[in-house]
Amino acid sequence: MTIERQIVKDQLLRYYHQMVLIREFEGESYRQYMQKNIRGFLHAYSGQEAVGVGIIGELENQDYVVSHYRDHGHAIAKGVNVNSVMAELFGKSTGTSRGKGGSMHLFDVGKRFMGGYAIVAGQIPIAVGLSLAAKEIDKEAIVVCFLGDGAMQEGEFHESMNLSSIWKLPLLFVIENNLYGMGADVAQTLAIHDEIYKFANGYKMASDKVDGMDLFEVRAAAQKAIGLVRSGEGPYLLEAQTYRFRGHSISDPANYRPEIEVSYWMSRDPIEMLKTRLIKEDMVSQEDLDAIHKLVESEIVEAVNFAEKSPFPSADELYQNVVSGSGE
Amino acid sequence: MPEMNYREAMNRALREALDENETAYIMGEDIGPYGGTYAVTRGLYDEYGPSRIKDAPLSESVIVGAGIGSAIVGMKPIIEIMTINFSLLAMDQIVNHAAKLRYMSAGQIEIPLIIRMVTGGGAQLGATHSQNFEGWFASVPGLTVVAPATPYDALGLFRASRDTRDPVIFVEHALLYSLRGDVPEEHYMVPIGRADVKKSGKDVTIVSHSRMVHVAMGAAQELEQIGISVEIVDLRSLRPLDMDTVIKSVEKTHNAIVLEETWKTGGFGGEIASQIVELGFNFLDSPVMRIGGEDVPAPYTHVLEGLAFPDIGRVVKGVRSLLDR
Repeated sequence: MTIERQIVKDQLLRYYHQMVLIREFEGESYRQYMQKNIRGFLHAYSGQEAVGVGIIGELENQDYVVSHYRDHGHAIAKGVNVNSVMAELFGKSTGTSRGKGGSMHLFDVGKRFMGGYAIVAGQIPIAVGLSLAAKEIDKEAIVVCFLGDGAMQEGEFHESMNLSSIWKLPLLFVIENNLYGMGADVAQTLAIHDEIYKFANGYKMASDKVDGMDLFEVRAAAQKAIGLVRSGEGPYLLEAQTYRFRGHSISDPANYRPEIEVSYWMSRDPIEMLKTRLIKEDMVSQEDLDAIHKLVESEIVEAVNFAEKSPFPSADELYQNVVSGSGE
Repeated sequence: MPEMNYREAMNRALREALDENETAYIMGEDIGPYGGTYAVTRGLYDEYGPSRIKDAPLSESVIVGAGIGSAIVGMKPIIEIMTINFSLLAMDQIVNHAAKLRYMSAGQIEIPLIIRMVTGGGAQLGATHSQNFEGWFASVPGLTVVAPATPYDALGLFRASRDTRDPVIFVEHALLYSLRGDVPEEHYMVPIGRADVKKSGKDVTIVSHSRMVHVAMGAAQELEQIGISVEIVDLRSLRPLDMDTVIKSVEKTHNAIVLEETWKTGGFGGEIASQIVELGFNFLDSPVMRIGGEDVPAPYTHVLEGLAFPDIGRVVKGVRSLLDR
């Protein structure tokens, strides 16, 4: 095997590892929810892994990622420690927010994962601000803002599209179009629902769509979009067509989705598609992939152990960080 | 001591902020060549240019959100929301995000952001442009709410707000901009969270903030003529709230009136009144009285608008009835 081929192989295995890690992490988090170790809302990213992993994989460390309430996948892809994420879900003091944020509010500023935001579209104006600072004082970084088709229905999306376009901010909007805003079909909720990336036209913003189930396609689209944004061309909107394999949240059996639709998308499982291609094109061996599944298994066991053994925050943390110095 | 008006004091406050830190910028609607609806930013655009004085589209939500985002990573934004009435369009960013990100991130995120807003009625602007929402913001943990009543306090509190590492709602009253007052040349600061006894007295305490402080002062002058001595406590900030100063005053006067411009029902005055009862019941010779706006949308015509907001006559009447004199 040539060195080039080895590099490509390692890279592809890293992508595969991240996608499997996210999938298994969420499967485990559902099990932990059933055991009442995790409470509150829990929104799984399962099915959408190729989008987050493919886009974030093309970023540099200094770039910022802003996410929504379905944020486990983006956090893990940006390098946030899986143990800390699991501990946060458990509400433990070793969690990313010391147990004060929960599943929908993961933050790791050191990794430039700037948060999961649980008010639909609320993250978008903040991403605009980050990109303003990136342009004016940072000068190296760009910002990726993930949002769903549901967020496009909010005014904050449109205000942010307009301002970022006028000011030519280094901001990549990634629409994860999973066809449903909670349970509402986009056909009922968006004026343009078949090609939603065309909303960008009204803001004089470059845009495109991509098959969000195909990691290779996502990576190619991300390279193009990120290149343009980094070159100072202004913001870009990328629509990734994808699908939620689970309901809106753990309490949603998703009965509103036709079976034929679900089975179609399940047949396009991004992890299975990647695996098939890697094997078929002889880029990796079955043993390589088995090793990754084994690694992920041990990582998940470790994350649960870590979360279980970690202490809950003490009562005196209640008033800490309301404002600077509070509760001390 | 040199005199200047409230508007000039705010203009000076903004210049200082821009001069001190090159990442400081002002963003708002029509604050550029137009000079700001209340002319507070007049002259700044020519002097500092468009990258420091950012004229933004009419999009309150993204204006505040962009302020938050840029503050998180090291800039020092000063946001102007043209009037507090329009802050309703940015409520999600202010209440759900600015106020909560420090807590939800366990201190990873800091938002040193000042959001200026013009509050108040009394200028015949009708129901949608004559409101006082500072009390709403004051009920939200994570926000700091400052409402200066004088040019001196405006400059001093703005300096203190710049040192705050959390979002500050800085409330200026539209009818105070032409008010003149002493403002020293030398540097001073007014700490946030300390009420100020604007007038000392012995018979009754009036607790108030912003423009109503001046209504209380007018009433106190009239009451002086009939031998009633009023002490006036200007809260200056609603969060943090300095109840120590209020209770100390009530301990002295034994009577308390809470005066505010907004609707009496659900107004912030109710919070202060109940804290006076909780903390100072034994000092009271009479029930705490609240004087606030009438529970109506602000009417346009001056004949009715005058009835909707507290004025000197109503405060005089309230004091006399409370003291039965």
